[in-house]
Amino acid sequence: MASPGGGRRRGAVDLPPFSRRGSGRTIAFGGIPAMKRPPPRRGAPRPGGSIEIDGMSDYNGAGTRMNAVLELSDVRKSFKLGFIPKTREILKGISFSVAEGEIFGYLGPNGAGKTTTIKCALGLIFPDSGSIRLFGRPHLDPKAKERLGFLPENPYFYDYLTATEFLDFYAQLFKIPKDVRRERIPRLLRLVSMERAAGLPLRKFSRGMLQRVGLAQALINEPALVILDEPLGGLDPIGRKEIRDIILRLRDEGKTVVFTSHILQDIEMICHRVAIIVGGRILSQGRLSDLVSEKILYTEITVSGLDPAEAASLGESVSSEGGRLLLKVHDEAKVADVLELVRERRARVHALVPRTLTLEDIFVDMVKPK
Amino acid sequence: MTIRVIALNTFREAVRDRILYLLLFFAALSIGLSRVLALLTVGDRIKIIKDVGLASISFFGALMAILIGTGLVYKEIEKRTIFTLLSKPIRRTEFILGKFFGLVLTLLVMTGLMALIFLALLFAHTRRIEWSIPAALFFIMLELVLLTAVAILFSSFSTPILSTLFSLSFYLIGHFSWSLETLIRKMRPGLGRTVVRVLYTALPDLETFNYKTEVVHGLPVPAAAWLTAPAYAVCYTAFVLLLAVLVFRRRDFI
Repeated sequence: MASPGGGRRRGAVDLPPFSRRGSGRTIAFGGIPAMKRPPPRRGAPRPGGSIEIDGMSDYNGAGTRMNAVLELSDVRKSFKLGFIPKTREILKGISFSVAEGEIFGYLGPNGAGKTTTIKCALGLIFPDSGSIRLFGRPHLDPKAKERLGFLPENPYFYDYLTATEFLDFYAQLFKIPKDVRRERIPRLLRLVSMERAAGLPLRKFSRGMLQRVGLAQALINEPALVILDEPLGGLDPIGRKEIRDIILRLRDEGKTVVFTSHILQDIEMICHRVAIIVGGRILSQGRLSDLVSEKILYTEITVSGLDPAEAASLGESVSSEGGRLLLKVHDEAKVADVLELVRERRARVHALVPRTLTLEDIFVDMVKPK
Repeated sequence: MTIRVIALNTFREAVRDRILYLLLFFAALSIGLSRVLALLTVGDRIKIIKDVGLASISFFGALMAILIGTGLVYKEIEKRTIFTLLSKPIRRTEFILGKFFGLVLTLLVMTGLMALIFLALLFAHTRRIEWSIPAALFFIMLELVLLTAVAILFSSFSTPILSTLFSLSFYLIGHFSWSLETLIRKMRPGLGRTVVRVLYTALPDLETFNYKTEVVHGLPVPAAAWLTAPAYAVCYTAFVLLLAVLVFRRRDFI
């Protein structure tokens, strides 16, 4: 997991900015090293129980904002649906930005507007208002799309093509020369372990196989930004792991990955930052480490050699077996007191586990109708 | 370049579709049947073979243009392949034009195949190559190009079944609209005549491309037709494609 700034493989400073010109914003440029950045401000809990994390502080600070590869600001979209058209607002002002080199998880329940957001970014849907920039350019600019890879949800592809023909078709759309195509296509098929199906028509492919070929398709132009819509859907556990490994490998190659999911474990395992969208609004966004460790619910301390009665004043005694005492300490300040007591009594600490909110806790908390 | 890539893929899609071969089979059957009809006819049998053969090519070519064309764009949307395609650096106009040229290429190849069958049958009877036939085929091809554009236009906003009905109506109206011209001649000047005239101008006149009779009976094709028919085809096709692009350009793919 990326630590604030410093741990990210690509620092803010050493990369050329994308959007230096044109955006009209005044942005302090370049040189503040990651260490000197102001510490992230923690927002106060909002009424209604949801949590606001100022994860954007990482980006509002000097430097990193420059490398935003995808930026949405206040994107709104409504559709007229039904026989007697009734306007339904799907996106109610979506704003987020994805920095270069990170894995960005876009999380939300079914029907929250994840795919609609992605389609807006790709120019498949025209938003009613708001702006979207890809690599600092207007998102409809074909130049911007040259550096983009996309895997749609439940991919269906031209079933009359073989896997090789299919990849060759997309490669040609990027005007990739023939000799490069000849080398790259087998390599990508190997990457998604589909080399044995290279000559088979796609109509004979299973869902998992289509997902893999779809991923290969998304990488055909060696994109700097890969957008994956539910990339792990419909895969078996081995397939999920393989795709996850590929996503992590992409990050190691310095690519930016945006992926949507409603499955928390996927996001928790590989994302740097997440945005949670519910009902067309982003309820929370920030670094995953901030989001999940925001609230320490309690700390579990296992000690031996302490008098249970004495310890009970500091925390709730859950169990005492074989001379070991499990304490549940709700107040963070009291953790230090327990440790102090342990030191004084020359007792032993066997385990100290802060129980934090998991992403699931946060998610369920947000999605719950108020 | 992009248009060419999409066109070639469209061609590949069409030639791997079984419906094309089914139509080709029936076209061949229909051309062959002209021989049987000729046997039943008194008079010039070669003329019957030519007439039925050319009519078959024209009719089955139109069916191919309509049945394949109406599915082309719709299938991309329905099967959601368009999501991936439009995320690549291509413009929507290029997509529509690629589809159009791909289908025109398909029809060129198919008309060529039907023509080969037809000319072979004709050669078996006359023992000589009929050089007037390609002239008729040229005009048939112009009509097919226009029909392709129409099928793609309907396909860009409607389901295949409706698009097929619309396109077939266009085809039928196009072949009967000349009767409006006759009507205009018989009407007295006034509002009615103006309405009919406007209607006649707006509706397609596909008989512009029909020189089968001339070719069959060995009459000369009017020299002006070599200019007016292609010009009419190009302008009408461009207009229809422009409409298709306008419909398609601002469309949301949900």
